[in-house]
Amino acid sequence: MIIAKEHFRQALEHTPFHARLAPLSQTQEWTGWNGYQVARTFDKLANEYFAVRSGCAVMDLTPMEKYRISGAGARAFLDRLVVRDISGLRPGRVTYVVWCNDDGKVIDDGTLFQFADDDYRLCAQHHQLDWLLISARGFDVSIEVETHEVAALAVQGPTSWSVLAAAGIDGLEELKPFAIAELSCGDIPVTVSRTGYTGDLGYELWVDPADALPLWDALFSVRDRYDLHAMGLSALEMVRIEAGFIMPGFDFNTAEATIRNGYDRSPFEVGLGWAVSLDKGHFTGRQALRAEKARPARRRLTKIVVEGNKPVGAAFIYARRNGRQIGEIKCATWSPILKANLALADIELANGRLPDELWARIEYQRELKWLSAWAACHATTKPFYLPEHRRATPPPRY
Amino acid sequence: MTERYDAIVIGAGHNGLVCSTYLARAGRNVLCVDAQDAPGGMAAPRRLAGDYCFAGLAHTANPVCASIRADLELERFGYSPGAALDTIALDAHGRHLAFAAAGVSGAGLPEGDAAAYPAFRRRYRDFARALQPLFDNKPPRLKHMGPGDRGTLARLGWNLRMRLGREAMYEFLRVAAMNIYDVLEEAFDDERLCGALAADAVCGSAMGPRTPGSVLTWLKRLYDEQGGAAGMLSANGAGLVSALAQAAHAAGVTLRCNARVAAVLTEAGTVTGIQLDDGTTFRADVVVSNADPRATFLDLVGAPRLDAMFASRVAQIRGAGTVAKLHLGLSGLPEFAGLEAQALGQRLLVAPSMRYVERAFNHSKYGEYSAQPVLEITLPSVHDATLAPPGHHVMSVAVSYVPYALHGGWQEQKQALADAVVAQLAHYAPQLESLIVAREFLTPADIEEQYGAVQGHWHHGELSLHQSFMMRPLYGAARYDTPLAGLFLCGAGCHPGGGLNGLPGRNAARRVLERGAAS
Repeated sequence: MIIAKEHFRQALEHTPFHARLAPLSQTQEWTGWNGYQVARTFDKLANEYFAVRSGCAVMDLTPMEKYRISGAGARAFLDRLVVRDISGLRPGRVTYVVWCNDDGKVIDDGTLFQFADDDYRLCAQHHQLDWLLISARGFDVSIEVETHEVAALAVQGPTSWSVLAAAGIDGLEELKPFAIAELSCGDIPVTVSRTGYTGDLGYELWVDPADALPLWDALFSVRDRYDLHAMGLSALEMVRIEAGFIMPGFDFNTAEATIRNGYDRSPFEVGLGWAVSLDKGHFTGRQALRAEKARPARRRLTKIVVEGNKPVGAAFIYARRNGRQIGEIKCATWSPILKANLALADIELANGRLPDELWARIEYQRELKWLSAWAACHATTKPFYLPEHRRATPPPRY
Repeated sequence: MTERYDAIVIGAGHNGLVCSTYLARAGRNVLCVDAQDAPGGMAAPRRLAGDYCFAGLAHTANPVCASIRADLELERFGYSPGAALDTIALDAHGRHLAFAAAGVSGAGLPEGDAAAYPAFRRRYRDFARALQPLFDNKPPRLKHMGPGDRGTLARLGWNLRMRLGREAMYEFLRVAAMNIYDVLEEAFDDERLCGALAADAVCGSAMGPRTPGSVLTWLKRLYDEQGGAAGMLSANGAGLVSALAQAAHAAGVTLRCNARVAAVLTEAGTVTGIQLDDGTTFRADVVVSNADPRATFLDLVGAPRLDAMFASRVAQIRGAGTVAKLHLGLSGLPEFAGLEAQALGQRLLVAPSMRYVERAFNHSKYGEYSAQPVLEITLPSVHDATLAPPGHHVMSVAVSYVPYALHGGWQEQKQALADAVVAQLAHYAPQLESLIVAREFLTPADIEEQYGAVQGHWHHGELSLHQSFMMRPLYGAARYDTPLAGLFLCGAGCHPGGGLNGLPGRNAARRVLERGAAS
């Protein structure tokens, strides 16, 4: 058998938007995501960041893994898959979900779209097909990978609604957060969901790959009136930390990729306890999570503000200056809008509680000389930055 | 109003009856249900053409574990182990070998082999005995060990090092993971001797003599022989099954036959009872399943009520049956060339060399049957004339290496294989065909259909190393309790596995009582 495929000649595939993205890249900072070539930055990180926070940023989401889940047993399958009670999910709505392995450790998180009674889409950052197929045993459900059949753009920022309206997508003014609408942009059919990973007002657009470039052109036709910017992964990393969103596989090891005992994390340990519904009936990991809930929490991925303005990279967390090491920073960013060092840190708890003091030992360079300093840290349970306008319906018009 | 019990046992096979009786004797109100019209499972007597009686799928059995006999007073209910049988390895030229307690003998057997055999056998029985702590107890947990688990492992270590002695321990460690072909080839020259021993080592498994792990399956077989060599299983309704059923009745077990379980009922991850296929429900906080673990989890509970990976691992349990059963009603006693009539009461084996056994196995690997299969033959009516009409006899043949999933399906080929087996038998007993009055052939597919054993596997899953001890039937359910609170397993799919010894049933009952005491 001859397999007439040429894809292996190219290390990374181009997304359907590549023809427009490539000319915008001044930095040529590309990386891989699920086999696709994606940008870290296009021109200046600050421009992209401020586009999300004070204008509108557009990001290519095509490499996001997308699974079409349908059939008479789809709802029951999803209910057993995810740890959250999804009984409130209705057609035309999206919900955030987390799924675990038998031991109650997080495999991944994602967004679950319901299009019709027996028709869903699950979006996840990492490949999930094997786990979905393992979970499908005993259910009347069909699972299809549609990652490559659906092109997707995130359009995020305070002016995103105004941009979309100006670009010709009507009917978004009453679209509530986590709602889906089947609309069009000119003669391009577009599925729009009011979802995102930035903590700001924002939408995600889902189209046939053949319509990808016309849609891009329609959006960017309003660039003379709005600060519209292509955004890469680096700016996304900044805004998602500001919004307090976690990234499985980066902030903690995902369960199916974990080899060493104790290196995986439960939803409770990564601050997703609110997405666990132990009383909803059976789901994978329920027994393990019930047992875990009955014990004092041992660790938690904690949002912390690190004092000072020295850049925070990888750093250990201590209970006191020169005290016991109790954790480590998993991701950090300087927040231009809050003028603060923000981080997510995996911290051991004592009897389920954080210690009264938290200190980070920061290693940093000054003119290439390594220095270290102690910085006090302050834990918070709230997202660092969540503007009110993100939820306004209709959103503010610009 | 649904009836409520302390415990419900699904399946009145011997392990289900043992488990029920232990629970009832500990004061539990027990219901034992079975889909068949009589208890006994695969050891329940069955009739052919009305007049010919067979012990069931099993025809020989080792004595039931002595402690179970004593605990359940089985002798009081009429149980006695069948007289120990010799094994006769048939030879096409009439130069048969006889294996008896005293040793092995036969025409043309090299003196060296005859002399080496008793010591060889003693050594491997010692190995099997050294493993007793593993075989006899619930399998120890290696992570989060309890005191009992430490005790089991400590006794195992003591047995291997101190009871075997240094030299024998080294030999054990050398051979434990080998295949029986290499071990026997080192030890003996005679092909017939090796063939017969190799056939026993892999009996009932999807293994050839050259398959790794076939020493371990042989040690398991030798372990089962500790309480006595295999005897004929009584087929007249007065044997093991009837004693167990009476013991269960006397202990107060409610036995309900013709009751096929459709589902194990659960609420929020906890067992609440069972539902029969006619819709009747019975309530209990404890349900013990003697069914194949695959059927228990995937059919009676259902994957959706289990964690995803656990359900997936259940579905991957290896266990496609490889043994078919031929039952013949004969108008007279067949003559076997070179064999005296009195020897016909023994266990006859067709496995003339290890290469023969390995070749027969090869076919089954590829979904084919061998026209020259390995056969285990008994004539129970030689011991008990009531099993057949006057002057008539019954012959029971276990045919090894018959694939569950035959290429092309069983519909067309079933009778062809039965004919091939009869033709094979005729090499040794030339006038057999003329004596056949009635014939019944059960493929693994038939066994699945009639007995509910998944894929027709007698042991509810291969007894391979990766499905033994703390991995039998699978990690997460290897100590008789399961991820579903209140659901227990007590069948051959559990440690220590198949055979009519009652150990899984007893161990499961102990576990139920232990868990009850803990909560």
